[in-house]
Amino acid sequence: MKGDKKKKTIKTIKIDVDKCNGCRACEVICSSFHAAPKYSSNNPARSRIRVIRDPLRDVYVPVYAGEYTVAECAGRDKYTIDGKEYDECSFCRASCPSRDDFKEPDSGLPLKCDMCEGEDEPLCVKWCLVDALQVEEREEEVEEGEEQEELETGLESLADKYGMDKIKDAITRLSQKD
Amino acid sequence: MRYAETGFNLEIDLTRGNVEKVVTDPKDTELYLGGLGTNTKIMWDRVPPEVEPFSPENLLIFGAGLLCGTPATGCNRTIITTISPQTKLMAFSMMGGFWAPELKYAGYDKVVFRGKSPKLVYLWINNDKVEIRDASHLKGKGSIETAEILRKELKEPKAQVAAIGMAGENRVYYASIEQGRSSASRGGIGAVMGDKGLKAIVVRGTKDINLSQPSEFMALCNEVLEYIKIREDNPIPGVMPILAGLGSPQEMKVHDEKWHTENFMWGNSRTRRKGFWTDEIAKEWTETMETARTRLISCFNCPMKCGATISMPGLPTYMMKCFTKLTYAMGAFSDLDFGLRIAQLATEYGLDGFSTPQVMAFGLELLENGILSKEDFPEMPEDNEGRFYYLLDKIVRREGIGDVLANGTYWAAKEIGNGAEEYAHNNIKKHEQLPLKLSMLNPIYFLMYATGEKMNITQIEGQFPQAPFPKREHREKFCEDWIQVPDEKFKQYFIDWELRGENSIPYYPTVEMTCDIVDWQERMHYIDDALGQCAGLSSFPLKPPYHIHNYPKFISAGAGIEMDEEKLTQAAKRYRTLVRAFNIRRGMRRKDDRPPENHWKKRFPELEAELLDAYYKLKGWNNDGIPTKESLQQLGLDYVADDFVKRGILTDVEDAAVEEVSA
Repeated sequence: MKGDKKKKTIKTIKIDVDKCNGCRACEVICSSFHAAPKYSSNNPARSRIRVIRDPLRDVYVPVYAGEYTVAECAGRDKYTIDGKEYDECSFCRASCPSRDDFKEPDSGLPLKCDMCEGEDEPLCVKWCLVDALQVEEREEEVEEGEEQEELETGLESLADKYGMDKIKDAITRLSQKD
Repeated sequence: MRYAETGFNLEIDLTRGNVEKVVTDPKDTELYLGGLGTNTKIMWDRVPPEVEPFSPENLLIFGAGLLCGTPATGCNRTIITTISPQTKLMAFSMMGGFWAPELKYAGYDKVVFRGKSPKLVYLWINNDKVEIRDASHLKGKGSIETAEILRKELKEPKAQVAAIGMAGENRVYYASIEQGRSSASRGGIGAVMGDKGLKAIVVRGTKDINLSQPSEFMALCNEVLEYIKIREDNPIPGVMPILAGLGSPQEMKVHDEKWHTENFMWGNSRTRRKGFWTDEIAKEWTETMETARTRLISCFNCPMKCGATISMPGLPTYMMKCFTKLTYAMGAFSDLDFGLRIAQLATEYGLDGFSTPQVMAFGLELLENGILSKEDFPEMPEDNEGRFYYLLDKIVRREGIGDVLANGTYWAAKEIGNGAEEYAHNNIKKHEQLPLKLSMLNPIYFLMYATGEKMNITQIEGQFPQAPFPKREHREKFCEDWIQVPDEKFKQYFIDWELRGENSIPYYPTVEMTCDIVDWQERMHYIDDALGQCAGLSSFPLKPPYHIHNYPKFISAGAGIEMDEEKLTQAAKRYRTLVRAFNIRRGMRRKDDRPPENHWKKRFPELEAELLDAYYKLKGWNNDGIPTKESLQQLGLDYVADDFVKRGILTDVEDAAVEEVSA
């Protein structure tokens, strides 16, 4: 398997913070789409996009949920751009112990943007009528084996939460069912 | 499960420091929807007419609209209801922003305050944790300042804060409740909040709001978004820019202020300045705005950018929207630079941008005319702008003459006497109005001003064009895609409306047509106010995305209440009548239903009487403006009818007699 190339579609969300009006429609539609059953409820606290928003300082940063991380970084960063000071870790996408963002409010389980699988475009983009969010697609050749990587990352996060033993038990039980 | 609403209210007794979470009756939702509708029901049930605005028995209700917190675009309004210290009637001022959805996500539809706290407190709602907390360190702090302090203190940058400033604390009769980019300003509700010893309500919520029929609801939302896009790409031709698109009048975006500055009145709603808007002024004001404005901003889940962040050099940043841009500048005969500067202070103080400049201009008019004397204004600066800053300060601190002016022009004039009443000339039901003085009576506006219990024309008017287009072909064109009309007849009303001649104001639209038009306009505002939908995407602009044809579907799919146009119309009529009944019980009658005497130069007393007669009849009110027993019973408001009879407001005999007269 190793070394095989395959085509992969890369989706990039282009975020224009200058166009953001801070309305958080992206959070609404995201949490609504990812509700189970789909659209049955909404709750911005479950959203996989967050608008870090501080109107008095003119701070508007839509951030997408990225990887789960078990430990926070050794240090933190704090940006000043064009004289505007942003909060610590403003631009980081991680679901991280240092903050509440990108975690289910009840369970604390990490959230991650999936670009609204199955839809023509991510719904946050569709609902952003002010065009602060736009999506661009391109094809790239990548090595195979990424799915394996994703699976392992997912398992790792579960193992961190529940302990490896419980995960092993669960896998054993599930395989017996088959 | 409850859909769209949470099914819980918070009951806060400020006297005893008690917090209670109560389940609401789903039947009430079906009858009164939510927001204003259910607020009014609570007011009727629990606030008898003897209760004074500053009594502990007065309630202060923060109600989120029924659809707030759902994905319905632009549905974010908090409807605040209490008895106004200024009008002594029900005030139901509202604010957009982010507060109402946050309350819903915290798990509540309303917060109902009663009693009075012995010391200044704030309420902290964090999902299930609700606490009354000491606010003594916030005394005298600005409204925006307060919100910033509380978010930091609680380490909750995402919390939403509604707060009063010094004006509310000192019970200024036109004090507002501020919430960052939004405020509930009319009717002096901030004074009631201050009287209750409540400085702020902080809310943070992370719970779900459920939908009854999710996919149907989302399809409706997507249709609305699509329509907004189309509508934004196709502004309505033939109307002024601020009225061509959707949203509130786009005062933060549009620089051309010729229409406002030359048609609205300056000073104490006195002087029209034709020819004011020169190229030079246009350049200067545009520069001021461009420099001050950091960004155009929105309320929760809404693409319209009706507000702006304003940073005047040397002053803290604040947020503004709509007509407050001009009210201070015009009240003081000054410029935009002054207007934006003093508005920063007024926002921190928490004051209504409509009343405040007029009250100050009124005070200075009394001085100029010798009704007040120099001694009443000790140490007042000589320069014009300085005088306004001086007065603003005196008013919010209730010092000297400021203590009198803090009650608004009506009550101040009464107290001052000596002919001062004539200068309090721009009120309806004791409440300062937009500074407009026109020539020919407009029958539609006459009825809206006279009977609109919301007291603010921008929250009463809308949908129907303010004036006919000059050419019939343009009017016909306008009607082609006018899907929002509840009945095709409205198109004909408009097509036949001419600028001059037989089919022009005041006798056209005819009395009957006028009643229909006003009833439609009012109905849509009342529906908005129950659902929590901003008028800027609904009842205010021409051809809005929300209307009587899609609203019932939103309610059915969202809240799971079976709804159609007729049932919705009936529900809106029910709580609109209940608002009327509440005010009738407090003494309001036909005599109070009138615009300022000088609003129009050309008045037509007979026509006006006819308009009121016909409109009352359409509304199911008797000739004194009191809802009849029969109409109350038809709406299921038997309890109101019983109360009216018990209090002698209605008798069987009277009811019958009225039927005869109006038949």
